[in-house]
Amino acid sequence: MRALLLRDLRLALRAGGGFGLGLAFFLIVTMLVPFSVGPEAQLLKAIAPGVLWLGALLACLLSLDRLLALDLEDGSLELLLTAPLPLEGALAVKALAHWLTTGLPLVLAAPFLGVMLQLAAPGHLWLLASLALGTPALSVIGTFGAALTVGIKRGGLLLSLLVLPLYIPTLIFGAEVARRGAAGLDATTPLTMLAGLTLAVVALMPFAAATVLRMGLR
Amino acid sequence: MSLWQYANPVKFLALSARVQPVLWALAAVFIGVGLIWGFFGTPDDARQGSTVKIIYLHVPAALMAINAWFMMLVASLIWLIRRHHVSALAAKAAAPVGLVMTLIALVTGAIWGQPMWGTWWAWDPRLTSFLILFLFYLGYIALWQAVEDPDTAADLTSVLCLVGSVFAVLSRYAVQFWNQGLHQGTSIPVATGNRSVADVFFYPLVMAMLGFGLLFLALVVYRTGTEIRLRRTSALRARMNRGA
Amino acid sequence: MPELGKYASEVMSAYAVSLLLLAALVGLTLWRGRAARRALEETEAEAGRRG
Repeated sequence: MRALLLRDLRLALRAGGGFGLGLAFFLIVTMLVPFSVGPEAQLLKAIAPGVLWLGALLACLLSLDRLLALDLEDGSLELLLTAPLPLEGALAVKALAHWLTTGLPLVLAAPFLGVMLQLAAPGHLWLLASLALGTPALSVIGTFGAALTVGIKRGGLLLSLLVLPLYIPTLIFGAEVARRGAAGLDATTPLTMLAGLTLAVVALMPFAAATVLRMGLR
Repeated sequence: MSLWQYANPVKFLALSARVQPVLWALAAVFIGVGLIWGFFGTPDDARQGSTVKIIYLHVPAALMAINAWFMMLVASLIWLIRRHHVSALAAKAAAPVGLVMTLIALVTGAIWGQPMWGTWWAWDPRLTSFLILFLFYLGYIALWQAVEDPDTAADLTSVLCLVGSVFAVLSRYAVQFWNQGLHQGTSIPVATGNRSVADVFFYPLVMAMLGFGLLFLALVVYRTGTEIRLRRTSALRARMNRGA
Repeated sequence: MPELGKYASEVMSAYAVSLLLLAALVGLTLWRGRAARRALEETEAEAGRRG
């Protein structure tokens, strides 16, 4: 399993692996927000937590199609199916690699982007915490979506249509934590819900992903 | 002979032919009676005026929107466990019906809410949940269209239905959490509200609900038959192309 | 026609949209069903001729 993780990380980090694209997307989207809603500081401050969450979510989404597509192309997906490693574990590792190379950079970048959107001071830590807790869920739900659409040609748009509704609970709780934190209110309730949701999703989705991957490749 | 005999496509088509006229006729009667009675024969509500008449469309549609998904869930499970093609095709057939019911619930809900909220759309928890359900229906239907092999499509859409059901429930709670404090006291008395609906509105509403339910059944039985025929046609074509 | 009062347009549009959507659904269902039935009959006839 460690070998698989290291391989995926190496693939993502080398040139052409797409590392940093998610981050660049996050930056660009954040920059586009003031252009679309106007530069007024009070407005930006109010919407900053939600917008940053949305930007991170979309950046995660966009990097999902490379999760399995490349492996399908070069035949390593077939190998995974027949390997002694349980498929559920392999997919969990892939989700972890996705999070380390996409989610985690977004988490770390978010507070800096928050400055651009006038995010209130207490909000930075809460934004960090909520994204740190929420992005693993996004990666693992995304892995399910990628497995579901693995055999479909140009399934990128379909992947988005299927995955985005599944992202809604995580987005609601995550953004709520960030919002309440920025307003100086108590954010423990949504934080607990977010944590519970992520734990459940991380535990269960690899099984669902393995099931549909087997179905799709039959 | 149990209900399972209808898992056989031929037997299902035979049953469908017998049962269709009854279902359509009853659906028309109940919907007709319910809507006409409700529209012409009931008074206005003290608070909502004549908009209360929208209840005869909104509640039955919303009820069927949920029931349709639930039926798809059961049919998907039957497919995954017992591999009955008729079941998989029934789920496929039900989805567009559920989609339209959800759309009707959304549109009538928005129109009904407009005089109360002063806006054509409001992020009321119930309406929002139905919007999410609408997205789930779209995704399910899109997945059926996107996968070439019918059995693989049945497999994938079944799992999507299962996973979607779990997330639909999660979303319901998340949405309630998200919008709990903002529209106190102005939510529409919908869905489970028929216990608190006055008698004079209740009976036409029940008729309409039964009518929508029967219409759903008629549509799904008919559409499943269509799916069976389409499958059989393409299987025959494939066999002919191979043999020729 | 009952006295719909100030909400007449809301009620009428709700009914109009709903009935339209239902009619479209039923119409499309029947049209697709008939086409499928015809296609199957033609295919079975062709298979019968060949087989």
